[in-house]
Amino acid sequence: MTRYLMTKLIEAFIAIWGVVTIVFFVSRILGDPAVLLVPVGAGQQEIDNLRAALGLDRPLLEQYFQSLLSMLKGDFGISFQHTRPALDVVLERMPATASLAGLALLFGTLIGVAAGAIAALMRGTVAELIVMVAALLGQATPTFWLGIMLILLFSVELGLLPTGGSGTWLHYILPGLTLSVFVSASIARLLRSSLLDIMREDYVRTARAKGLMPRTVFFWHIARNALIPVVTMIGIIAGELLGGSVVIETVFAWPGVGRVIVQGIQAQDFPVIQAGVTLVAAIFVFVNLLVDLLYGVLDPRIRRG
Amino acid sequence: MKSFLSALLRSRAGLFGFVLVMLFVAGAILAPYLGLASPIRSSLTSRMVAPTWTGLFSPGAHPLGTDELGRDILSRILYGSRTTLLIAAGAVILGGAVGTLLGIVAGYYRGIVDRILMRVVDIQLALPLMLLALLVVAAVGASTQNLVIVLALTSWLRYARIIRGQVLALREREFILSAHAIGAGTWRIMIKHLLPNVMTPVLVIATLELARIIIMDAALSFLGLGVQPPSPSWGRMLADGRVYITTAWWIVTFPGLAILLTVLSVNLLGDWLRDYFDPKLRTAR
Repeated sequence: MTRYLMTKLIEAFIAIWGVVTIVFFVSRILGDPAVLLVPVGAGQQEIDNLRAALGLDRPLLEQYFQSLLSMLKGDFGISFQHTRPALDVVLERMPATASLAGLALLFGTLIGVAAGAIAALMRGTVAELIVMVAALLGQATPTFWLGIMLILLFSVELGLLPTGGSGTWLHYILPGLTLSVFVSASIARLLRSSLLDIMREDYVRTARAKGLMPRTVFFWHIARNALIPVVTMIGIIAGELLGGSVVIETVFAWPGVGRVIVQGIQAQDFPVIQAGVTLVAAIFVFVNLLVDLLYGVLDPRIRRG
Repeated sequence: MKSFLSALLRSRAGLFGFVLVMLFVAGAILAPYLGLASPIRSSLTSRMVAPTWTGLFSPGAHPLGTDELGRDILSRILYGSRTTLLIAAGAVILGGAVGTLLGIVAGYYRGIVDRILMRVVDIQLALPLMLLALLVVAAVGASTQNLVIVLALTSWLRYARIIRGQVLALREREFILSAHAIGAGTWRIMIKHLLPNVMTPVLVIATLELARIIIMDAALSFLGLGVQPPSPSWGRMLADGRVYITTAWWIVTFPGLAILLTVLSVNLLGDWLRDYFDPKLRTAR
């Protein structure tokens, strides 16, 4: 188990290093931030001075290794726009993104698991049809459009909820609902098909044949195994929620990491882009590491590997 | 082929998806010949006209209303579908070709090639695809060609992983071993023997990827990083129409519905293809 954990940790580090490298070099293609930062009408001399001050005049590889070293110490540089540490700029926005994603993940999973179980256990009934149609629609609906439609209904027509921004718990309802729909639709479909697959397994028939109570068979033999792919899916969805937060935060004017990264890209604020994307990727890798470990608990066969 | 078609006709969901996909493709191809209003030229006298169904076939009709510049929304949706389908199809073909090829190479050669490729896949999996696409499009500029490449970049790894697994199993089978024994070259084995045997999963992944890419393309253009105006695009229509949500609901509603229906139909078709080609599921039905 320790060796398994070590391998996974090393793989996680390599993945994060890869992300840092990709983001570093891609963001340098964005353009020269010094040109954007100097006042209109400034001369070449001023641009050059600023470039030197920001360390942008040194060779690219030197900048790369320099920033890798600083990052190991938790230093992502000073944001060009905000003139304070980029990591602070991003970290401040983290609670907003994380709380929204966590809320959506929690409610989405609960609804999705319930709906998926209903669909599998009530096969061939109207209940299954309703769940499946709803899940198909939920998966096909672009979240940003769903968000806009919910604003149209609840904020513009009914005037019940705020159109965007944050502050009170009321602000969480619409973006949370939008993201939950996406989460629960994927989980419901996956759990249903995974339950149906497992119910056909020989060991389930054996368990029934030896006279175990239906409830015991369901929870110990069927549900436990059917949840394994769902756990993986939750890991993947957590990542998509973080990455997709860019879009939904734009729709609801939500002050999260996604918006700060988009603003960073528009302003060519390398330190903020670097800090934001690295942080999101690190969380994503960490969540997937947890999922891998949880796997071992759910499925002892994997632990040996 | 015949049994394929009859199975499709028997499946309600699959048929529904197939017909809808065909309708969208037909609409995209035929858009210039339908006698629609120009999707680009604005008309200030008919700004934000609500959808009306009276006189549907008269020249000035706007069945889905007009936007803030007086452009016909139906026409913009149909012309927008040309861009969307072109970009999405291009990205699926490019991503599918690269991913399948790399998957076959990694699965066939194994060893160091395989290990490097899988590490690259892991690294890319650690980077949320939306952020990757956003960053790269912002860096290289939002032309049709760049969008195809960027969206393919978010897609290739799904093929690579699955096809690699398939090839790992296939390469030990007798027909590959005997092809090897009679002296067939590596490329010949990969193209003539392995590729045809993985085309089924490739087709299934491609259909499901098409749906994901359509949504991602719309999201990029919603953020202003899609094809640039004046070319109509669904995501951009949503972003522009959002401002007028209190006065003209139709501007944001219909482009979104178009995305939803396209993605839904492609998903239905993809699900059906997957079930059709998976013999384990088929016998169970």
